[in-house]
Amino acid sequence: MNLASYAARRAALGLVQVLAVVTLVFFLVEALPGDAAVALAGDNPDPARIAQIRAAMRLDLPAAERFAQWLAGLPRLDFGESLVSGRPVAQFLFAGIGPTVVLAVLTLVLLLPISVLVGVLAALREGSLLDRALTSVSVALHSIPEFALAVVLIAVFGVQLAWLPPTAVGADVLAEPAVLVLPLVVLLARPICSISRLVRAGMVDALESDYVRHARRLGIGETRVRFAHALPNALAPAVQQVARTTDWLLGGVIVVEAVFVIPGLGTVLVDSVAARDLPVVQGLAVVFAVTTVAVNLLADLVAFRLAPRAEVIA
Amino acid sequence: MSLNRRGFLGLTSGLAVVTLAGCGTSATSASSAPRAGGRLRAAFAGGGAKEVLDPHLANLFVEAARSKAMFDKLADLGGDVAPQPRLAEKWEPSTDLTRWRITLRKAVFHDGRPVRAQDVLASYARILDPNRAFRAKSSLALIDLPNSRAVDDRTVEFALKRPFVEFPNALAAFGAYIVPEGAEDFTKPVGSGAFSFVSFEPGRSVLLQRNPEYWEGAPLLEELEFVIANEESARTNALLGGQVEYAHDLTPTTARSHASSDRMTIHRAPNSAVQAFAMKLDRAPFDNRDLREALFLLADRPQLVESVLAGSGQVGNDLFGKGYQHYAGDLPQRERDVDKAKFLIRKAGAEGLVVKLDTSTAAAGMVEAATVFADQAKGSGLTIEVVQGNKDTYWADTLKNGSLSSFRSGAMPIETHIAQRLLSGAGTNVTKWARPEFDALYEKAVSTSDQSARTQAYQEMQRLLHTDGGYLMWGFADWIVGAKPNVGGISTAPANTLDWARFDKVWVG
Repeated sequence: MNLASYAARRAALGLVQVLAVVTLVFFLVEALPGDAAVALAGDNPDPARIAQIRAAMRLDLPAAERFAQWLAGLPRLDFGESLVSGRPVAQFLFAGIGPTVVLAVLTLVLLLPISVLVGVLAALREGSLLDRALTSVSVALHSIPEFALAVVLIAVFGVQLAWLPPTAVGADVLAEPAVLVLPLVVLLARPICSISRLVRAGMVDALESDYVRHARRLGIGETRVRFAHALPNALAPAVQQVARTTDWLLGGVIVVEAVFVIPGLGTVLVDSVAARDLPVVQGLAVVFAVTTVAVNLLADLVAFRLAPRAEVIA
Repeated sequence: MSLNRRGFLGLTSGLAVVTLAGCGTSATSASSAPRAGGRLRAAFAGGGAKEVLDPHLANLFVEAARSKAMFDKLADLGGDVAPQPRLAEKWEPSTDLTRWRITLRKAVFHDGRPVRAQDVLASYARILDPNRAFRAKSSLALIDLPNSRAVDDRTVEFALKRPFVEFPNALAAFGAYIVPEGAEDFTKPVGSGAFSFVSFEPGRSVLLQRNPEYWEGAPLLEELEFVIANEESARTNALLGGQVEYAHDLTPTTARSHASSDRMTIHRAPNSAVQAFAMKLDRAPFDNRDLREALFLLADRPQLVESVLAGSGQVGNDLFGKGYQHYAGDLPQRERDVDKAKFLIRKAGAEGLVVKLDTSTAAAGMVEAATVFADQAKGSGLTIEVVQGNKDTYWADTLKNGSLSSFRSGAMPIETHIAQRLLSGAGTNVTKWARPEFDALYEKAVSTSDQSARTQAYQEMQRLLHTDGGYLMWGFADWIVGAKPNVGGISTAPANTLDWARFDKVWVG
């Protein structure tokens, strides 16, 4: 099977997966206690008023019918309208995707070179003081949850020393890149550890492998052996982890968005679930499902290119 | 993470509260003389997807504050939570209180059109539209719109369905803003308020600018920006880091730790939110008056205020609206009396009874208060078991189910509190208080123009509630706002009264 037909088959499967996720999410949110009318009425839960809100939102239609209507719009990329504000769902998604993608891309741009470099350095000096130092630091860093790191960084660098803005409140993230520094550090901390550990392990294995020994016997320069022959093989296992990290980042890291006030997809998700704003939740489910499927497909293809093996395709 | 839902008006319709000796307008600021110009950035909790600029749809504090900046109501609530004229210059009821003649101030919308009687009628018609569900609808429902009319451009005559002396409370109702006739699209809202619209990014910010033509005098600030930060810690950090000059709705803990800071000044608005437990009278066990009294006597109110509100509040006396117009301040303050409570519990045959206390994080402090109260009831013979429910549907759930629940409300006129929560047919009657003699007293109070008869009726209603009612109102929380020390003109009026979040009086020094 060639790469193109493999990709096409995976894409078709992905479509089915997206539909399954969206259906599941609809009925799960439907199963949550209360609906958008109850959530909107809040502390003024006059039953007469809730009934009016419900009618105004057309929530009195059966769930299956609302789902069918929403599904019908999907091929036209019509995600429907928010129950609460009446604005198109696409607008919410669009507004949330911006900050989330900016953060995700910047994180990845920094993450890949740093973690590969750290992993390779540690592998080349296996057992040295440097290797042990890098290992200790990364294990320690990996054990700190995002919110704890975020709170400490804000308190020290944002508030006490006032070197960096403590939050991104009201800021346009592209116009004021300084607001992104602390969130980026928090987002990078754990993935750098996990990915560099994988790269290190892969590199150590590769350097001890038969083909590397053979390449050395052929008299190929050590630099070329390391970076042209050993490294691509060492990266293959890390690619899956990078994919998982990418998926995590593109889902909008709720904790980081909340602490730093970055209005990304995670924030949209929390708000819309609290409001039981089903069309918005549905729209997000589509985005998250498509992202997950696409990122994983891409990762498999990249891994296949780096280290062609039959089992990747199987 | 927990989204702070205090932003969801703990309130209900109009809000307000009292301040020091009924003087709600007193500006408490460390700053020097008022200064014109500059931009103020104010951080509020928001609702993301929920946020709208349509003032009739306003629901969150941030929406209320923005609506107030861009629009006017005919009336608004003053420091004693009594209505004050705003766009209405004056109101004159007919002798039978069923027709009200309202004279409008000379005011203009941001696009230069004058505010006319037709705009008022159209705004109210929009709110009362039977196919929609605006928050102010129930307050305005007593207007007989087809029989109301514009006498001339600046005079409206409202016909009411029944005599109602508190009609100005309805004019001040939450969300009862005046918009230009025919306004439906609020992507670029046009109002008559102190600030006019510049730009809106939902879930992030709204930028407004000074309206030099404002009828009450142009604001001091050149620009006002509302930014959204849902987490209280983020609002505090943004203020400390100099990213905003005003942070709305901070916790008592933050207030305590920054009280003497030179980076932020804490502004407290007393009596802003009542904290309570609600017992349902129509079902066991609290259909038994002895048990209700036992709970009243078990509550150690000073301890609740000290622990739950971190001291930022005052004890309550099981009555709504401490310090507001018509408040029955001369009823004796309830104190803890465990022995009497034990006796009443034995008398009711309720020893060993376990009562579930429903609570949730729908409003700050409710879970903590429930836990502390359950602890205070230990050893009384009655066991209180705290049950935490879903915060998003909490108010609707506890209206129907259970027998004892946490309750919280923002300020509103005592009349509104009674009409919405304590009449037999009231829509949000959590305690299921239904007494024909009480309903009759209310009828009497709102349909007589005899001031002393009205006062007497309010006193009598509150006496009934104090002895027999189902609300254990243990405290009144301060509303806490943080600001940069150079910000002046911040009022200590309670949340959602006229002077709360009133940025046309604020300046940056």
